[in-house]
Amino acid sequence: MTPLLDVRDLVTTFPGRGRALRAVDEVSFQLGRGEVLGLVGESGSGKSVTGFSIMGLVDAPGRVASGQILFDGEDLAQLDAETRRSLRGRRIAMVFQDPMMTLNPVLRIGTQMTETLHAHEKLSAAEARARARDALGLVGIPSPQERLDAYPHEFSGGMRQRVAIAIALLHRPDLIIADEPTTALDVTIQAQIISEFQKLTEEQGTSVIWITHDLAIVSGLADRIAVMYGGRIVEAGTITEVLTAPRHPYTRGLIRSVPSENTRGTRLAQIPGVTPGLGRMPEGCAFRTRCPRATEVCSERPGRFGDAMAYHRCFHPHEEALA
Amino acid sequence: MTMPDIHTPAATAPSRDSSTETPLLELRDVSRRFGSRPDLAARISIALGAAKPPPVVHALDGVDLTIRRGEVLGLVGESGCGKSTLGRIAAGILPPSEGQVLWKGEDRKTLRGKRRLQADLEAQMIFQNPMAALNPRMTIETLVSEAPQIHGMINGDRAAYVDDYLVKAGFDPAMKRRLPHQFSGGQRARVNIARALAVQPEFLVCDESVAALDVSIQAQILNLFMDLREDLDLTYLFVSHDLGVVEHISDRVAIMYLGRVVEEAPVAEVFARPNHPYTQQLLAEVPRIRPGKRHFNAMKGELPSPLDPPKGCHFHPRCPFVHERCRVEAPVRREIAPGHSSACHLNDVSAAA
Repeated sequence: MTPLLDVRDLVTTFPGRGRALRAVDEVSFQLGRGEVLGLVGESGSGKSVTGFSIMGLVDAPGRVASGQILFDGEDLAQLDAETRRSLRGRRIAMVFQDPMMTLNPVLRIGTQMTETLHAHEKLSAAEARARARDALGLVGIPSPQERLDAYPHEFSGGMRQRVAIAIALLHRPDLIIADEPTTALDVTIQAQIISEFQKLTEEQGTSVIWITHDLAIVSGLADRIAVMYGGRIVEAGTITEVLTAPRHPYTRGLIRSVPSENTRGTRLAQIPGVTPGLGRMPEGCAFRTRCPRATEVCSERPGRFGDAMAYHRCFHPHEEALA
Repeated sequence: MTMPDIHTPAATAPSRDSSTETPLLELRDVSRRFGSRPDLAARISIALGAAKPPPVVHALDGVDLTIRRGEVLGLVGESGCGKSTLGRIAAGILPPSEGQVLWKGEDRKTLRGKRRLQADLEAQMIFQNPMAALNPRMTIETLVSEAPQIHGMINGDRAAYVDDYLVKAGFDPAMKRRLPHQFSGGQRARVNIARALAVQPEFLVCDESVAALDVSIQAQILNLFMDLREDLDLTYLFVSHDLGVVEHISDRVAIMYLGRVVEEAPVAEVFARPNHPYTQQLLAEVPRIRPGKRHFNAMKGELPSPLDPPKGCHFHPRCPFVHERCRVEAPVRREIAPGHSSACHLNDVSAAA
């Protein structure tokens, strides 16, 4: 069976001083129907731009320079703007980090929801309102009928994110790209949102790309994981494979920098240095200047070792499981 | 109330006889309210029932907390629970509405002149957003040297003094003539730390100091905090919503809910045997790296508004074990095990049974 989404060697560039900077650099992954992929990385790793590229929301002067985005067998990168717009919100939806930015502050929630419905479907105002009300109820908003007339500022942060999720789910999309949707929320609210989101996407069989920096969330939510560094996916595979026996030194370093019950009172294993800016990425392996295993061969660009579903980009991969 | 005995193996604080020593900082029944003070005309109309009293935010409600020399106290809670207000009061930059703040056994309110200044300098704060905390038009060197210079702490070479503290914070002094915007978040965090250290404090309040940082940078800064603690003999109040971070760095943990400390215990104890129903639910939600899909189960509801906190136990509207008494009577925090105190009526029930 063909995967729902098959991204092949995607490159998204932004103009820099005299040359194009690759914010997304030959990114490839596949996503099956109903599957959840965790796209993990630190700030500037290109994880959000990857999401925007799939949505077709990369603003000029940035552009998708090459590669294919096969969605249900059709290459999104080749479609005209109008066709892409008709897909957005209907078949592919996105949930952003800051729900206050997603929602228009001067429109009632109900208006924003019915607007989304009218954009893709022919239905009466009453029908649209009923659909919007049901959607709010599904994401756990109390008294949805009354809340349709509320403005975004009348909701708490967690409730706003529920509204954003309700809007994303209105058309029962095949794919949802969730870009750090719970980062701004408290742990308890975060757990509420994830549990609602998980329940709904499982019921509707929606595929999800969950973009985050939080390995702990991804470990319990996703089927597969792709770790990004410097615009590239440095390691991809199933959650169990990657988190128990990470091959790439960066993945390993990232996992070991997370404070937890096992690290109490000890020093954390830290990755030295900082992520260089896009313009200063080293040639070859982008991680080599911070990598304890780097040798001369790392100044050459590492290819993908493995197959489409599980691969890493490292000349000196770890073989042993993580202690 | 007697001082809790902390001679449990879980208390990993440097071995001092803490039970007899005066604590570095002690908060006694501290409350803090925010709201406008009505003028005379408004007060009259309120008294006559013609107007409603102005809204008052009850940020802190009768908090008792002790911080001993050399320990790291983690303060955990959801946004809006008052943990930052508590941090500010502990750092001495916000006065309490009621209650006493004892610094080395002396009430901060009664300190005057030189001793007041001394107490203020000894407690420093490191804020969440390093960019907002640093003046964008001052060089790193000026930022770090300003306070110690004003307070006459630099005897001799100013540049050497600044370099010393920048190095302590892991910042390359060669870049000290640059401006804050030229640095990454992690570097700015280091400048903030260097600035706080430059006035030679004994006590640091870290208010979500690593929350805005990437995981790998966060690990570097947490390690720095631990090194500094050993090198400079510092005491920390570590305010954070991140349970993983608190679990990693703290000796003791205090859990806050809507203006009250509901539970306090050594770190191993609170994670192994959480007593308060809120703590139990909160700790159940610590995200951990464990491969394998699981279903996220969530505590229902949200933090109520501090404008109108629930009667009795603040947690009762969300508590699965709520009974009649919780709705009317606020529970008192009591010691339930050595060094472990919790504010829940259920403890009385089980003690009586």
